[in-house]
Amino acid sequence: MTTSTANFAEYVDQAAAIVGLPIPAEYHQSVVENFERIAAIAQLVLEFSLPEETEIAPVFEPE
Amino acid sequence: MPSYPDATSVSHSVRNQEVTAKSVVAAALACIAEKNPLLNCFTTVLADQALAEAEVLDGAIARGQEPGPLAGVPFGVKDLFDIAGVTTLAGSKINAEHPPATQDATLVTRLKQAGAILVGAQNMDEYAYGFVTENSHYGPSRNPHDPTRITGGSSGGSVAAVASGMVPLSLGSDTNGSIRVPSAFCGIFGLKPTYGRLSRARTYPFVGSLDHLGPFARSVRDIALIFDVLQGTDPDDPVCTKRPPQPCLPELVKGIEGLRIAIADDYFAKSAESEALEAVATVAKALDATQYVTIPEAHRARAAAFVITASEGSNLHLEDLRQRPQDFDFATRDRFLAGALVPASWYLQAQKFRAWYRDRVRELFTQVDIILAPTTPCVAPPIGQQTLVLNGVEVLLRPNIGLFAQPLSFIGLPIINVPVQRPGKLPLGVQVIAAPYNEALALRVAAYLEAKGVVSAPVP
Repeated sequence: MTTSTANFAEYVDQAAAIVGLPIPAEYHQSVVENFERIAAIAQLVLEFSLPEETEIAPVFEPE
Repeated sequence: MPSYPDATSVSHSVRNQEVTAKSVVAAALACIAEKNPLLNCFTTVLADQALAEAEVLDGAIARGQEPGPLAGVPFGVKDLFDIAGVTTLAGSKINAEHPPATQDATLVTRLKQAGAILVGAQNMDEYAYGFVTENSHYGPSRNPHDPTRITGGSSGGSVAAVASGMVPLSLGSDTNGSIRVPSAFCGIFGLKPTYGRLSRARTYPFVGSLDHLGPFARSVRDIALIFDVLQGTDPDDPVCTKRPPQPCLPELVKGIEGLRIAIADDYFAKSAESEALEAVATVAKALDATQYVTIPEAHRARAAAFVITASEGSNLHLEDLRQRPQDFDFATRDRFLAGALVPASWYLQAQKFRAWYRDRVRELFTQVDIILAPTTPCVAPPIGQQTLVLNGVEVLLRPNIGLFAQPLSFIGLPIINVPVQRPGKLPLGVQVIAAPYNEALALRVAAYLEAKGVVSAPVP
């Protein structure tokens, strides 16, 4: 999905249905706007090429 | 005693029995009663409990017992720290239905063991998701330098309580800037330690990957003393470091001799009012710092922090978002709802970027010991203001106040906000940034600046 072609309202509806998160009609527009804002910001991260071996740094103690 | 002594001075007077802890706590409660109706810093005041604890402490001192390094110092905590017997609100209406906490947060316990007296819980943005402390359930906290302006957030109540002299010490949290931003707007010292340095056990989380806790005070020696009291491993917080505590208070006298201090340029020198950059220049001049350093890809670091925050923060509240979205603060609700829909690949890429960026910044710290950057792009805006003009461009205020704070907490660097007072104008802050686990270096720089009179935190 790229920010230029995506239909955010449709994504919000479909993703919300899959996640089981009802979006009340009165909040819908603002939620779509907020999602668009996240998507635009996320693009800065997604467009940046990282070395394949880069791993996230979880803090996980097996015991 | 001066009218608003720092915690070190209060403790000294109580330990020497020049004043009783009970009288100190009573004075703090009187100050809260006088100032809180306007400034709205405390959501809960524990007057009876605090006075009773102070009386017990006075008895112990009279019997010759060691009362601890913070003897009789009144303190407040952001309302996301558990207090035994009190419901932890985290700035929300929803959590008001939760049962009272059964045990104090680890950091509250450590302050009490050092002789400090808890007087209450403090206002914040709902679930710490904000930089303004304009809470729709509990009202806005107000800036002691100008009550028509915001305190900043999300630890706004905790900061304004210290800045206004109600208490000399508060604890807050910082996920993307929530210790540093309000400290800058209200003109006090605030320390965001290294990620994992202080236990977060029994505090209400926001974003586990990025949450830090830390102290607010009006002097650097207080920050160092309090930080030293708070340090130590804690099996109840899996993120808490296993490293032994590294006391900072004894380090303050070392000054800045030999420290390589640089000013952050590029991202950190744009998108700010000129006065915010002038505050950095003032501090840099006092330190004879002339070298510049570029923190690479800081704008992407901020973006990655934004994505992780949206995703993790929303996941925490998913069930309440499903069942009762109308009970959230309108300022956080739609952001949480949208964040719950972030694709996993975006989140994971942001986490991967975090590791890459950490390694780049680690390389920078082989060349310098301290980096200076503005804390906020502007002074505290008026309550209710929705936009800011930065670099000639009008942008939304709420997401942009933290633009200089976010890329640094993202990789857990220790940072102290040092307050620059400007006669007739609102205060501003500068971030003194060190490499991970080097809190002592940042505090040495802050102490040097304070001794030179360049930074200070007087009660307005």
